[in-house]
Amino acid sequence: MKFLSYLINGISLGSVYAIIALGYTMVYGIAKMLNFAHGDVIMVGAYAAFACIMNASLPPYAAVLVAIVVCTVLGVLIETVAYRPLLSAASSLAVLITAIGVSYFLQNVVLLIFGANAKSFQSVVSLPNLKLADGALNISGVTIVTVISCILIMLALTAFISRTKTGQAMLAVSEDKGAAQLMGINVNGTIAVTFAIGSGLAAIAGVLLCSAYPSLSPYTGSMPGIKAFTAAVFGGIGSIPGAFLGGLLLGIIEILAKGYISTELSDAIVFSVLIIILLVKPTGLLGRKMQEKV
Amino acid sequence: MKKFAKIAALAGVSVMMLSSTALAGDTFKIGTIGPLTGAGAAYGNAVMNGAQIAVDEINEAGGINGAQVEFKAEDDQLDEEKAVTAYNSLKDWDMQILLGTVTSGSCLAVSTEAAPDADNIFMLTPSGSQKDCIAAGDNEFRVCFSDPDQGSASAIYIGEHGLAEKVGVIYNSSIDYSKGIYATFRQEAEEQPFEIVAAEAFTNGSVDFSAQLQSLKDAGAELVYLPFYYDEIAVVLKQAKDMDFAPIWFGVDGMDGLLTVEGFDQSLAEGCILLTPFSADAEDELTVNFVTKYQELYGEVPNQFAADAYDGMYILKAAIEKAGATPDMSASEISDIVKVAMTEISVDGLTGTGMTWNADGEPSKSPKTVQIQNGVYVGME
Repeated sequence: MKFLSYLINGISLGSVYAIIALGYTMVYGIAKMLNFAHGDVIMVGAYAAFACIMNASLPPYAAVLVAIVVCTVLGVLIETVAYRPLLSAASSLAVLITAIGVSYFLQNVVLLIFGANAKSFQSVVSLPNLKLADGALNISGVTIVTVISCILIMLALTAFISRTKTGQAMLAVSEDKGAAQLMGINVNGTIAVTFAIGSGLAAIAGVLLCSAYPSLSPYTGSMPGIKAFTAAVFGGIGSIPGAFLGGLLLGIIEILAKGYISTELSDAIVFSVLIIILLVKPTGLLGRKMQEKV
Repeated sequence: MKKFAKIAALAGVSVMMLSSTALAGDTFKIGTIGPLTGAGAAYGNAVMNGAQIAVDEINEAGGINGAQVEFKAEDDQLDEEKAVTAYNSLKDWDMQILLGTVTSGSCLAVSTEAAPDADNIFMLTPSGSQKDCIAAGDNEFRVCFSDPDQGSASAIYIGEHGLAEKVGVIYNSSIDYSKGIYATFRQEAEEQPFEIVAAEAFTNGSVDFSAQLQSLKDAGAELVYLPFYYDEIAVVLKQAKDMDFAPIWFGVDGMDGLLTVEGFDQSLAEGCILLTPFSADAEDELTVNFVTKYQELYGEVPNQFAADAYDGMYILKAAIEKAGATPDMSASEISDIVKVAMTEISVDGLTGTGMTWNADGEPSKSPKTVQIQNGVYVGME
């Protein structure tokens, strides 16, 4: 019973990592760049929803929609202003450094607007907790919604990429930008769409992250962002099912390590597992060489 | 023409210099340093506001030894390096006495600067509670309890009032504040009629406390001791509710501020007990007067930090009067005589009656506890 409740807590945490990791892996898979500002886009999304609920008294679903719009616009804006000029010109390192710059920029803008006092985010999920085995096992409504959204998003993304023209264009861009351009694909446009989708997902992730763990500050996105990035690498970066699997496993390992070994060492254990997996399988759990990335 | 302008400018500068030195001799310049923005801003602002009320009262009543008090607060954003920068800018302002800093980490950084073998500026921290943060010199004192004192006082209180037999602890292993309190709590608990059934740690940046809460729940903890800050306590309370875990929550001064978190569901805090030397609902004249003024000016009920700072200003007044210091003395001269006077005075304030200090800078006063009921603090026996 104890194991089961740890497992449920692990899935709860892991599903949040997974939903963030989906955004990371999406952008990496297609644009081949690590968007380290992803965690901060999540934070902006959560603040957008927070402001809608607290200041404009919008209902939760409307707040989530506003957050998605804000983040989508922000994502496209970041891509156009900060990343696109560097994509052709410089090495991938330049984009990476810029991403870190964007990350700090977003944190400080939010710091300026909202102040650094932590806000308590009210859950947008009104689903009651699910109680099993006479209340000994307790699954929170947020966890159920997060897991379901995660699976839905994963299925939708896979379908989008394999069934639609834009999706096919993304696949082509991810395999070979130059060839894709020669075939008449608008590479910049495709990358912009990728960022739009990735950032829209970030908004959903931000709202769910803060619904489950209700403390919201300008630095809220950084630690979960790093963990989710780890999850994406763990599952095989570029692979959508891999991000889901990596996120869930990372959450479960973290909670089990806390529960059975040491609350202080849990992060060390999580990252040691990552190192071992990568030593054995350098492309991550579901990552494959070149083919079918995304 | 050019020459004339030069002379006029020179004259202007010298007049300005004259007037500023003349001013410096007329008033006591007291500074404070704390987080006015950013994490922990609730503490810094409470200290600034509480001290300002005391300054206004003192000035209205004729000042200290007949001299008015000038008070200035600088922001350190809860950052030790910024605290030192803030300290230097206060020094440029000719600060004579430091009523600070607000938090322990900054206090530790500034204490070496203010020590007798460095700048020798008298320092009284209203709320820096870490044991060592006033240890750099004999001119450093504090108003609040030290962390070890909080830990043992909590254990004694829980034991004497029979609040629980099985006690669990969650603490932040990445900050000295939390670890220090937990260490003395654990030590004192051995002498008390309750047992610590589980103690779980977390580190900075953690968002998930479910594993820790689960293990306390499984261990059957009836009371959970939370020696860390209110931001994280807000998350812990929410997650505990989600898993139907409802022990008695017992916090220390870090829990103070919980009710000011924006968007926080205050019903989660219902029944929380915290060890604090100040309760805003006390009915003595001093507290009623302070709380009324604070609410009028700042629109909220003052917390312990505001009270510590208010007391701190009056403690400085008592010590300066006892020492016979005057505003024309240098900071170093004031420090040398005020530190002696500190051990000789006894002050009645909001956070204790008959407070006295030993040469190590530690106060002697008795702790109080309050409980959160219907969103306000209510004093407990």
